[in-house]
This record gives sequence, structure tokens and C-alpha cells, in this order.
Amino acid sequence: MRDVAVVSFAQSEHARALPGVNEVEMLMPVIGQVRDQIGLDKSRVGFTCSGSTDYLAGQAFSFVMTLDGIGAWPPISESHVEMDAAWALYEAWVKLQMGEIDVAMVYGYSKTSPGDLPDVLTRQLDPYCYAPLWPDSVSLAALQAQALLDTGSTSEREWAEIASRSRASAKNNPNAQLKGDFDPDVILADEYLVAPLRKHDCPPITDGAAAIILAADDTARELSKRPAWIRGLEHRIDAQSLGVRDLVNVKSLQLAGSAAGVSTGKIDFAELHAPFTYQEVLAKRALGLGADVQINPSGGALAANPMMAAGLVRIGEAADRIMAGEGDRAVATATQGACMQQNLVCVLEGE
Amino acid sequence: MATKGKHRVAVVGIGQTKHDSARNDVSLAGLVREAASRALEDAGMTWSDIDAVVIGKAPDFFEGVMMPELYLAEALGATGKPMLRVHTAGSVGGSTAIVASSLVQGGIHERVLTVAFEKQSESEAMWALSLPIPFQPPLVAGAGGYFAPYIRSYMARSKAPSHIGSLVALKDRQNGLKNPYAHLHEPDITLESIQESMMLWDPIRYAETCPSSDGACAMVLVGEKTADAHSKQPAWVHGTAMRSEPGFFAGRDQVNPRGGQDCSSDVYKQAGITNPRKEIDCAEIYVPFSWFEPMWMENLHFADEGAGWKMTEEGATSMTGDLPVNCSGGVLCSNPIGASGMLRFAESAMQVRAQAGEHQVDGARLALGHAYGGASQFYSMWIVGADKP
Repeated sequence: MRDVAVVSFAQSEHARALPGVNEVEMLMPVIGQVRDQIGLDKSRVGFTCSGSTDYLAGQAFSFVMTLDGIGAWPPISESHVEMDAAWALYEAWVKLQMGEIDVAMVYGYSKTSPGDLPDVLTRQLDPYCYAPLWPDSVSLAALQAQALLDTGSTSEREWAEIASRSRASAKNNPNAQLKGDFDPDVILADEYLVAPLRKHDCPPITDGAAAIILAADDTARELSKRPAWIRGLEHRIDAQSLGVRDLVNVKSLQLAGSAAGVSTGKIDFAELHAPFTYQEVLAKRALGLGADVQINPSGGALAANPMMAAGLVRIGEAADRIMAGEGDRAVATATQGACMQQNLVCVLEGE
Repeated sequence: MATKGKHRVAVVGIGQTKHDSARNDVSLAGLVREAASRALEDAGMTWSDIDAVVIGKAPDFFEGVMMPELYLAEALGATGKPMLRVHTAGSVGGSTAIVASSLVQGGIHERVLTVAFEKQSESEAMWALSLPIPFQPPLVAGAGGYFAPYIRSYMARSKAPSHIGSLVALKDRQNGLKNPYAHLHEPDITLESIQESMMLWDPIRYAETCPSSDGACAMVLVGEKTADAHSKQPAWVHGTAMRSEPGFFAGRDQVNPRGGQDCSSDVYKQAGITNPRKEIDCAEIYVPFSWFEPMWMENLHFADEGAGWKMTEEGATSMTGDLPVNCSGGVLCSNPIGASGMLRFAESAMQVRAQAGEHQVDGARLALGHAYGGASQFYSMWIVGADKP
């Protein structure tokens, strides 16, 4: 495998709604920043890949708009996945493995504020058997949460503590949307949103964008004093039907984590894309992370969850900390689909 | 020659559905599974032999399912495996095959299943394709309305006679009669019937447009070791390229876009091709409206600028010409949009594998697969050959 690293990461402010800007206007400063902060001329980018979805933009071919934003002239080598941009990063990493380019740019974005996100996400489900029932994403998560609770291995208090810790960590993250001090005892007294989930167990609904520059070998060393090297990058998918899945053991995440070599060395910190509190419990178990691993120093998806970008943000946040020397080995994850159906794992190391 | 870090990749399995205006006999899962099962059968493999699945389709609104790969993972045997979903507008079928190829070329996987589909009967694709053009009144109805001005501009620039578009339609529909999977089979079609058909978007007549189809296409792509051990002729990938450019800006040439020129130059260079007209035995190119054949002949460097229509008129692009184009009947006979690009890639591979049946070009050794999308702004291409690169 060719050595490939994250050398630059940028993200927008994340907010419940950014009504003054469209997707392109939200993204353009992020693209500018991710290139400018390492002095990268766009002509050096050999491949560009993005992640977004038409269903959140409310328009067919919505990703075409952002080509104007990134300045695709002269014509560029470019691709797009209808997935979280963490998978766009995967496609770019594969391109770098082919050895023909040295620099790639990845970005992802969405504005969820114009629609009703939990309802929109029902359109991801089996169109014949599930989607006609409109089971919203929070209710499906509640089924998984209840299954986990029934094992007796976690508690609603543990989840409240996860929410409290995440939003306290986010106080140090200038881009985070939901941050502050929340006393677990106080928020546990709230009523259920969808039992057993309370509002604090759920991610905020977010408009936002993020971008990453990847570089290979010596180009990475030229662009960053301390590149965040990708030592493992794997993804897997489970069946969609909840009835055929073991909801409390996320097999796709276990497989991806094992293939990415998460357990082959000490992990200093993890950026887990666990939009619901209880999913952090599931993710830690699937990856075999112990109590010594710091979880989501950025605040994680409980502090800001821009769809189609939140997974890429996890990789970017982890890479930024590696590049800043705040740790030597980290794991970042991305998830999408109802109840963590599809998962990606990225292991990052400093030199 | 495979460069350092880049492995050889070949097609050893190809499958497609019977394309039709409405495949009411199958669900979305049934449609993709029909194509994928045939590709696996052709490859002599089963679902468990596959390392990863790469799926592509055009806008999710066409079927009303957001990110349908989540639902299709089980039907495609992807559970527990990596699955990627590509969407690059009309070029997506080609781009999807290229992403699948890169997984082998990058040394990540040895056996990859790639699938592309569209089930357009679930919605009215024409209106989904009626996107507003910036700074213009919303008068566009369907992709034909979008592309008609490009075609008028081409006719004005090249001085092409007005019957060229009808000649392309006649050739492709007659070729389609030799393809059992084609959606349109019109044995009684004549030049006169085409020219008498309704004018939809001047100068595009009804008989010069693609149909709206349900269909899917699938391929199995493998590394050199697996291909060498395979009993049937593989189609070796000699080059792949993608290019994108913005759709609107002053000075952009929509008729002969630079993205397509750059993309074809790139893919020819990778394949060591210096004279494409002479060296390439046949081509499957994305022609949703008949006039795009002469336009793409120029964009793909098969003809000088302004001379593409002469290839059509002289019969050079017919099955008996020196560069047969769209022997399968092409997009003019079947257009499940998300799959149309992959069908071009698959049909080019079928030619060099000598498995194209009645529409086989004798002795085809090197073929081009081409797809485009958006406002003629997204391109994906590959060159496949019977010999190892």
C-alpha cells in the first residue's frame, strides 16, 4: 500500500439552519480554506471526490452545482458518491493507491434545514415494505436503543453522561452547534422523545460542510510538518432489514474495525460517528475500545451532525489532532443508514 | 504496461436485463439481481466469490428511494462486504465501472461486482430532467429541450445537412434489432418514417430520441491472476479516464466541450493509441439524441472538427464501416439512464470478448466505451482490449 495522509482539514460553522447561503455558498469558503491553509494551488489536485445527496438538496443532480464552487476549469478528474463524504475520501484514497496522482481533495455537505430530516430519511428504507409506513429515523434508533437496554449492559444514565461529556467537549470546538454544560441528573429528568430516547440522546439537525486534502508519500511531508497517515481504511455494509440484523452487535463496524487494524496498537483517542448517545456504546464495543481511550474530543455528532459530511468531519477532527501532536494514533468512524447499517473505519497515525 | 502501484484489471463477467418501458415483473431488487446474476454466471462465480460491490445510478428521485443501495445491499450479496454508491449524472454507469476497476488497479480487491440501474417507470424522468437553466426563463421540458440548442449550434457550425440525425437513428434502431436485450425493436422503421415523426425539440424528432427504460447492467472485474485462470476471453482494461467541467460560463464550448476532448486524449494515451480512428475497432458511445453521434465523433478525435457528420453520411459508423459505432443499438434503443453508461462500457467489452452475438464486429480487438452527463460536462471513458495491456 502507498502511504497516504490527511494534510489539511476545514469545516464550516455548523448550525441548525444557515438560511442566508445556499449549498455552494456554504461550501466555497471551506474549499478555499482547506487549500489556502497549506498553500496548495488547485492545479496540484489530481482528483476530486465529493459526497452529498439529492434528497436533502431537494433537487436532482444537486452535486453539479458545486463544480462551480470548486473551480473545475480546466476540466478536472472528478467523481461523486451519494454517501457520507467519508466514502468519497475512500474513493480518493483508492485513486492515490493507483500511483498516478499525489494530491486529492474530498468534500461533503448538506443543508437539512429546509426539510423534515427524520421524515426524509424514511425514504432510504425498503420502498415496498418499510417506506410506506414512514418509520422515522429517531423511532428506528429507539428500537435499537431499547434492544441494547434490554441486554442490561448499559443504562439511560450512561447515555446522559455521554451527552453531557460530548457537549462539554464541544465548548472547545468553535464550529460545533450544540455545546455547554448539561448536568446528567437534570437532563435525565426530561421526558422521553421516543422511549427510551430523550432529546439529549439525539443528534442536532445541522447544516454544514467539510473538506479534506489527501496527499501521498513525500508530497504529504512537503504539505504538512506532521501528516496524519492513514494506516487502515475499511468499510462494510449490513443488511437493511432490522429483522435479520443483530441490532446490539454492529457486525459491519466490527468487520471494518478488525480489517483496518484498530486493535493492532494503542489508540490515543477516537472520533466516533455515533449520532445517538447509545450508538457510542455500540461503536466502542464493536471496535474493542477500552476505558482509557478518549472519545470524541471534538464533541462528536452529538454536538454537530451535518449529514453527508459528519463522517468526514470525524476523520478531519482526528487528523487535526494528530497533525497538532496531541496524539500518535487515532481511530475515526463514519456511519450511515438506519441503525448504523453501513460503517467506515479510518486509523490515523503520526510519524 | 502496468505502472508501479497499478495492477492489471479485466472484465470476466457481463450481464444485463431485458430493457423495457416498464419492467413491472420485477422489483428494484429483482431488476439489479437479474443483471448481477447473469454477470456472475458469465464469470463462473457465485455471490461469495465477490470481495466488494460498486453500484451506480442517476438521481434517486427517479425511483423515489433515497440512497437505494442501502436497501439493495442484501439483494446484491453485499452484506458484510464493502459497498460503494456512485452518482455522476448521466456518465454514472461509466464512472461506476471505473471506480470498480480502480479497486482492482489499486490493489485493494481481486474480484469486484459492479452494477448500474434505473427503473424509470417508477416516475416521469422527463420532468426530473427539466432543470432550470440559470438566468433563463424555465422553458426546458426534458433533456431534449436542453440539448436542442447545442445541436442547432453544431449544425450551424459544421454546415451538416439536416438528414444526418435521421441517418443515425435509422442505423442505431436497425442495429438494435440484432440485440435481444434492447428496449426498442422497430423492424419496420425507415428513413421516411423517422423524418415524418413528430418534431419534439427542433431539430430533434421523436424517432431521433432515446426511449425511457427500466434496466440494469452488471460486470465482474478481476485482477490479472483471476483473469489468467479464467476459461473465457477476458476484456482487459487498457485505460480509464473521467473529466468534469462547469456547465455554464462565458466562453465554454458546449458543442465540442474540452472535458470530452481531454478525457479521450487521456484514455488514448493510457492505451498507447495515437490514431484512434485507425486503431480502435468499434465504439459504444452515449448518443441519447441522434445528432450526438457526429458531435462526439469530433469530440473523441475520430474526425476533424466540423467533419463528424461525414462519417455518419459515408456509413463509416455502420456495422460494415471502418469504425462501427453503437452496434448494440446504443442509448437510442435502450436508456435506463443510470445504467446506460455501464451498458456502453459492457458492450465494448462484449465486442473484444467476441460475445456480442448478432451485433458482433468481426475480429474486434480494441474498443471504446463512452458516457457523458449533465450539461455535456461529465465524461467517463475506457478502452478495453482482447490482449493484455
